[in-house]
Amino acid sequence: MRADLEIINEWIAPGSRVLDLGCGDGELLAHLQAEKQVSGYGLEIDHDNLTACIEKGVSVIEKDIDDGLASIGNASFDTVIMTQALQSMHRPDLIVDEMLRIGRECIVTFPNFAHWRARGYLAFRGKMPVSKFLPYTWYNTPNIHFCTFKDFEQLCVDRNIEILQRTVVDHTHRHRWWIKLWPNMLGEIAIYRITR
Amino acid sequence: MPAVIPDDSVGLVSPERIHFEQPLELSCGRRLDTWDLIIETYGTLNADASNAVLICHALSGHHHVAGYHSMDERKPGWWDAAIGPGKPIDTNRFFVVGVNNLGGCHGSTGPNTLNPATGKPYGPDFPIMTVQDWVHSQARLADHLGIRQWAAVVGGSLGGMQALQWSISYPERLRHCAVIASAAKLSAQNIAFNEVARQAISKDPEFHDGHYYERNTVPRTGLMLARMVGHITYLSDDGMRDKFGRELKDGKLSFDFNPQFEVESYLQYQGERFSSSFDANTYLLMTKALDYFDPAGEQGHDLAAALAPAQCDFLVVSFTTDWRFSPERSRELVDGLIAAGKPVSYAEIDAPQGHDAFLIPIPRYMEVFRSYMNRIAAALPQPEGGASHAR
Repeated sequence: MRADLEIINEWIAPGSRVLDLGCGDGELLAHLQAEKQVSGYGLEIDHDNLTACIEKGVSVIEKDIDDGLASIGNASFDTVIMTQALQSMHRPDLIVDEMLRIGRECIVTFPNFAHWRARGYLAFRGKMPVSKFLPYTWYNTPNIHFCTFKDFEQLCVDRNIEILQRTVVDHTHRHRWWIKLWPNMLGEIAIYRITR
Repeated sequence: MPAVIPDDSVGLVSPERIHFEQPLELSCGRRLDTWDLIIETYGTLNADASNAVLICHALSGHHHVAGYHSMDERKPGWWDAAIGPGKPIDTNRFFVVGVNNLGGCHGSTGPNTLNPATGKPYGPDFPIMTVQDWVHSQARLADHLGIRQWAAVVGGSLGGMQALQWSISYPERLRHCAVIASAAKLSAQNIAFNEVARQAISKDPEFHDGHYYERNTVPRTGLMLARMVGHITYLSDDGMRDKFGRELKDGKLSFDFNPQFEVESYLQYQGERFSSSFDANTYLLMTKALDYFDPAGEQGHDLAAALAPAQCDFLVVSFTTDWRFSPERSRELVDGLIAAGKPVSYAEIDAPQGHDAFLIPIPRYMEVFRSYMNRIAAALPQPEGGASHAR
């Protein structure tokens, strides 16, 4: 399993109700269903991913998250997850609000735009950073709202969101001892567990 | 008419009549003391009877779902696109049952069959059937066939309503429920279209309050109008534009009131063909069953509460240009299922064909359907001699 999903897996209580926004091919939900007996749903728009979920027995709903989550009731899930998609939302702040409305807790992961490599790329080449991990150019990237860990934590302060847990990892989702020294410079991906 | 039967067809098939002596109590308070269902089956029921799939039909459908009755038959069964060897509902793995519902006009007990009490056709005295009544009759059929639990109950449109009702009425008797181009209830607009169809039939002078059999006549004009209105609502604006545009039959305007646009003659042809093959009383009855269906209505309009008894997994599919059973209605159903905590997958298929899309083998639709059925098949006990069909 992808390393970030491994970490999220540890944060999910057995038997809980989970909604995975942008669930991909359903790997996390399939695992949570089998190992933790969660009752889970994924939202997805990619056709191949939808088919893969259906074949795996993962409940998947064809729905664009940017169209809103208004049809889902308040506090109807224990945990709402969004991995590596926040930066591609039209209004990440509104999505986080919605996630916290329909879920008791939320898990959000996103790439850190203040990582030293991104800073260096911009500082020395004077161009928008392109990497193996984020291979798009500025005009075709789905990632329209990049932020840094500091930015996200500021949003949490502004919106009265409590950060329950934070893990910062490198682009292979591994923990490195040195990331803890200066996460906003050295960490590439953050995994936050938040509530309100 | 097929010159040769295609490899992925169930081939030549024949219907079977099943007679029931146990009375069937109906929602309207009346009952049928004895009744017949006409069915077709494809594939083989496995040893523990766990591979059976029930196909529920829509307004004008019937038991002839796949294959050919003879080499002279013009077209195969109405859902041949989805049922057969190697097709989404793979008859190498599933035992498929098609049934003509009570009140229908293709052989099951209905307005055009003889009422044993009078020796005359039931006509308008045939009781108004509901989706629940059909599901109860289908449960008796399952008993008769030795099927304790369906692997899946599948239906499109009015058929999807029956599949959904199965999950509520007999939760322990199905493992999967596929609701395609359907809704948990009709909208006012939808009921309105049905009422236009009913008025067209009942105001036809040949209708004779439904007693037209004795007079050896048929309210052909009414049926034709009903079908024409229905047909318009089954297609989409885009679909009609693509198919007919403003094409003229003779290439020029004739300055009279005869049909001259292609779309006019198409509708007339469809209407006329339908009026010579379908029963007017059955049409009235089927549209009423559609209008009445509203499982949430009995639960204070709380769809999640109505769905609470269900124990199966659900597949819901809608089509983008379907305005008779729009994606919005399917999303309501999906929201209700999620609120009730039921496993559900939902696909919204991009298709220009309107409501009719559910009968058409659109590649992505078939892929979704196939994936879901594959998953059901994978959970079946593997036949002796290895799993040759496993993917």
